Amino acid sequence: MTRDEIFEKVQEVLVDALGVDDDEVTPDAKLTSDLGAESIDFLDISFKLEQEFGFKIAQGELFPDGAAQNPEFVQDGKITDKGLAEMKAKMPHADFSDFEKDPQLAKVGQVFTVDVLVNFVERKLNQTANA
Amino acid sequence: MRWMWIDRIVELVPRERMVAIKNISLAEEHLHDHFSPDAERGLPALPVMPFSLIIEGMAQTAGVLVGHANAFREKVILAKVSKAQIDFDPVPGQTLRYTATIDRLDETGAATLGTIEVIDHASGSVSEIGTIDLMFSHIDRNRSGLPFPKHNFVFGEAFKTLIRTSGFEIPGE
Repeated sequence: MTRDEIFEKVQEVLVDALGVDDDEVTPDAKLTSDLGAESIDFLDISFKLEQEFGFKIAQGELFPDGAAQNPEFVQDGKITDKGLAEMKAKMPHADFSDFEKDPQLAKVGQVFTVDVLVNFVERKLNQTANA
Repeated sequence: MRWMWIDRIVELVPRERMVAIKNISLAEEHLHDHFSPDAERGLPALPVMPFSLIIEGMAQTAGVLVGHANAFREKVILAKVSKAQIDFDPVPGQTLRYTATIDRLDETGAATLGTIEVIDHASGSVSEIGTIDLMFSHIDRNRSGLPFPKHNFVFGEAFKTLIRTSGFEIPGE
């Protein structure tokens, strides 16, 4: 599957899960601030990607999971260096370079753009193909 | 007044499907405002079942199905209305039949699919009028670590009575 084909399918999933128009789903669009996604929507998006692409997504594989509960990773609402390292290792599809400058837990959603989802699907499909 | 928008569970296949009915009655207070006569526009009263309460009926049907799946240990809360669409306004004297099926169930919650039928007792007809798909969360498993009271305030006495009088057992009792 080409990256364009993946993008189109991800676009459909987001239109379905978030009730937005397809022209709002641009590669740079942030799921939370631009498309209005809330935490329950992240779960819905995960389920729909699984159904669309036929792979399984473990908790914490696509979006950060339970980071808020571990004091090693979060202190006073900020993600620690250890937490950042953990997130980068678990989520290579996302770009945390801007987020690192002011790693507030409340803003971690801003990292997730439509492009990040496309990256995730691309990697996942390659993994399954090469397995 | 109790917040019960289903009257009886008629079928329950644990972890799979539940069918429940609700009889729409002229004794329901809100029907006299929904809608009351409009003298200015020369319109008579028109009692119709509000769609929001049809969604609630489906949420209760699907919510009990999801709760039953874990013996009512989890606090099951409606988190998202993924889809809600009907093409007919049910009226007093008709019966609504809700069929909820589990699409997805895990420790964080569930996704359900649902259809609504109207049974018309005057004509004997049964027609499918819409679809309501929902997502539920098990709030004790919430990601932010927020604590909730220990007792299960979601499944109270009213729901337990409904399950019992419908002839089903309450797991864990």
